[in-house]
Amino acid sequence: MPINVKFELNGKQVEVQTEKDQTLLWVLRTQLSLTGTKYGCGEGLCGSCTVLMNDQAVRSCGIFMEDVAGSRVITIEGLAKDDQLHPVQQAFVENDALQCGYCTPGMIMNAVDLLNNNPEPTRQEIIEGMEDNLCRCGAHTRIIKAIESASKAMKGEPQP
Amino acid sequence: MKPDQINKYYFDDVNEIPGKIDRRDFIKNLGGGIIIVFSLSQLGFLTGCKTSNGNESSDFNAFLRVKEDGRVDCYSGKIEMGQGINTSLAQVLADELEVELDKVNMIMGDTALVPHDNGTWGSMTTRFHDPLIRAAAAEAREVLKLLASEKLEIPVNQLVAKEGIIFDKSDSDKKVTYAELSKGKKIVQTISEKPKLKQPGEFNIVGKSYNRMDGVQKVTGKALYSADIQLPGMLYAKILRPPAHDSKLLSVDISAAEAVNGVQIKREDDFIVVLHEHPEIAEKAVQAIKAEWEVPASKADNETIFEHILKTATEGNVRHEGGNIENGKKESELLFEHEYHDGYKAHASMEPHAATAILENGKLTMWASTQTPFGTRREVSELLDMPLEKVHVKQIFLGGGFGGKIYNQQANEVARIAKMVEGTPVQLMWSRQEEFMYDRFKPAAVVKINSGISKDGTIKFFDFNTYCAGARGTELFYGVPNHKTTTLDKNGVHPFFTGAWRAPGNPTNTFARESQIDIMAHSIGMDPLEFRLKNMSDNRAVRSLKLAAEKFGWKDWKPEKGKGRGIAVGTDAGTLVTIIVEVRVNSDSGEVKVVRAVVGQDMGQVINPQGTAIQAEGCVNMGLGYTLSEDVEFDWGEVKTNSFGNYDLPLFSTIPEIIESHSVDAVDEPPQGGGEPAIISVGGAVANAVFDACGARVFRMPITRERVLAALKKG
Repeated sequence: MPINVKFELNGKQVEVQTEKDQTLLWVLRTQLSLTGTKYGCGEGLCGSCTVLMNDQAVRSCGIFMEDVAGSRVITIEGLAKDDQLHPVQQAFVENDALQCGYCTPGMIMNAVDLLNNNPEPTRQEIIEGMEDNLCRCGAHTRIIKAIESASKAMKGEPQP
Repeated sequence: MKPDQINKYYFDDVNEIPGKIDRRDFIKNLGGGIIIVFSLSQLGFLTGCKTSNGNESSDFNAFLRVKEDGRVDCYSGKIEMGQGINTSLAQVLADELEVELDKVNMIMGDTALVPHDNGTWGSMTTRFHDPLIRAAAAEAREVLKLLASEKLEIPVNQLVAKEGIIFDKSDSDKKVTYAELSKGKKIVQTISEKPKLKQPGEFNIVGKSYNRMDGVQKVTGKALYSADIQLPGMLYAKILRPPAHDSKLLSVDISAAEAVNGVQIKREDDFIVVLHEHPEIAEKAVQAIKAEWEVPASKADNETIFEHILKTATEGNVRHEGGNIENGKKESELLFEHEYHDGYKAHASMEPHAATAILENGKLTMWASTQTPFGTRREVSELLDMPLEKVHVKQIFLGGGFGGKIYNQQANEVARIAKMVEGTPVQLMWSRQEEFMYDRFKPAAVVKINSGISKDGTIKFFDFNTYCAGARGTELFYGVPNHKTTTLDKNGVHPFFTGAWRAPGNPTNTFARESQIDIMAHSIGMDPLEFRLKNMSDNRAVRSLKLAAEKFGWKDWKPEKGKGRGIAVGTDAGTLVTIIVEVRVNSDSGEVKVVRAVVGQDMGQVINPQGTAIQAEGCVNMGLGYTLSEDVEFDWGEVKTNSFGNYDLPLFSTIPEIIESHSVDAVDEPPQGGGEPAIISVGGAVANAVFDACGARVFRMPITRERVLAALKKG
């Protein structure tokens, strides 16, 4: 049975008609045309599909639409404000913290959550916080640096 | 290109540019400006490489176009998969043409727009593609100078080009911009036989570090990959898959899948496809199909595969030989005989294979995640029996390749499906499980080495036999009087597809050779660095080793319990690479942690030092996977590894805290490969460091805790 799901997406109210066991990942990618959120494994093991839901980083491949109703979702497309990159996005660009770029949206969303909860993480805390996000290109070294520099740029102030 | 041809080029490294260039007429459809074209017969003089087909000089293609607004479009058949060539190629162009880097727009991998290219692999772009782009840019600069000379009425030799402006060198107020010169013109110029290339010391942009040009697109989610293409009315396809390779479909019942609302099912023999407007519903429907399969009997699994390989990979091929092995044995005072094993590895790109396509009005348009857009076009045109020009492959960004996206199975599948539902767009994205099942794995391999030394540490003979790892990286840079390198293989050895994996068999070959070198050094109590330097005959290998040793601080090392250091030297894609690592080994748990890695490369002229460092870091981090944790589990054609839950990629916690990348200053030498070389020396360096730390000599990768503990027990 199709259901109507209303929620806030990147600051705007949206309503989609979908099956209740459809996942947020594929509804974002297909019905809502937001393809920045990537499929990597479909099992919540790689983090490519990470989005913020009610200010928490979640794996959108494991979130069913019936649970999305009434929530606030931010995807990689909604992170920059008026073409101004979020400090974490800016830090990824400046530190060249990406290669193929496929894991990047998930890395960034997870890092935003990490810094919101712990604005001045130690290197070890960054490693622990990012541990379950996979990158095959081996960009880890610069991702850690980017998160450290984003933390400095944000001066301990959580955003958005 | 057929897989066997690909393997010829990929595994044996490349000394020629293969392939045929298609005539195309899109140049006449381009707008105004200055367009630089080339003909095939010129490739030889530009690259110093043979061309495989030299009689097509009338065919031509565009490399670049200086547009009427002064911006420059660069057309390249290469693709961007993370390696950063959309930045380094633009640097080469901008420097030679004398424009600002941000004026360059790279147009890559689109078969309707760019010159033919056989594919992006083998770390060939910088070695063989840069010279073409440079020549085209130099030509464009000279054309612009001639135009400026006419316009300003100043002799050409009085003119200087800089940042898109040409001016009189004695009066910089007398000037004209590229935009002004190109406006209202359409000049098509063929590259001359002797383009005036810049000399070392004249570069402004080449040799400097730049951030990736695609960074903003990739951090905002705007970078499009082939499954990000959305077409109106598109259906998502899922294919019924067998439980194991080479299975036969005995019976199938699709009734439960047919009952799913909105589903379409198409069938050609064993190729059963479910289509739906929602990908997850297509997936559920395909899972509802009841199928019975006959699975072939098992001949080996991931534990018995090495025995199987030794028994079946019997077709030998002597690749290098010198002196006489028997004489070498007689001259040796100490003999060494060891066997090294390495399991299958998956590419595991974060982006699974995907393709989006539509067949309409006799034309197929496809976006495919592929390292070989032109190969895809040819395969698909043959499969659907369509003329080449009716197939258009568009390639955008590729979410990792590593050699795994050369083979295009998913593109062929989506083409078949597009024909089944002609007029309707379709998208196929493999699940992670399919990605593991249909990967073209890095083959499992065995290396057997017999060698001997005199007591003063001189290598007297080296007999290297590599089963299923190919010849790549086997060139001996140690000066051994009696040596022989034999590759052994046979079609059908492996239970599933295998193929090119970042530097193919080189990591295995380098692990084996450098372990053997280390064993010989330790047998006479000689420092492994000293032993290598004593025996090395190749000057570039010496340079890379000395650079890495100096940067590592080899001579200042303070031994500690559980701490170890290890060296491995290797050669790949024209680059000589040494890696020295520092490890900590826990002798109770067997856990190995690499804390520092120093990379020293002799790679000729470096285009983008930061890009080079990033590739080296990526190679070290990715390389730790094949070294310490990655192993494909299988029972013959049944690939049991099917998820990131049972295939252990490197993680933030397992990568080294420090990775240093250094390159030998060689600005006047031709640039060499950078995407693959540094991965080859990771395994050997770690294996040697583990021995140094705790005395465990592990002969099989991945070097797991269990294998470290077993080696310790053996003593």
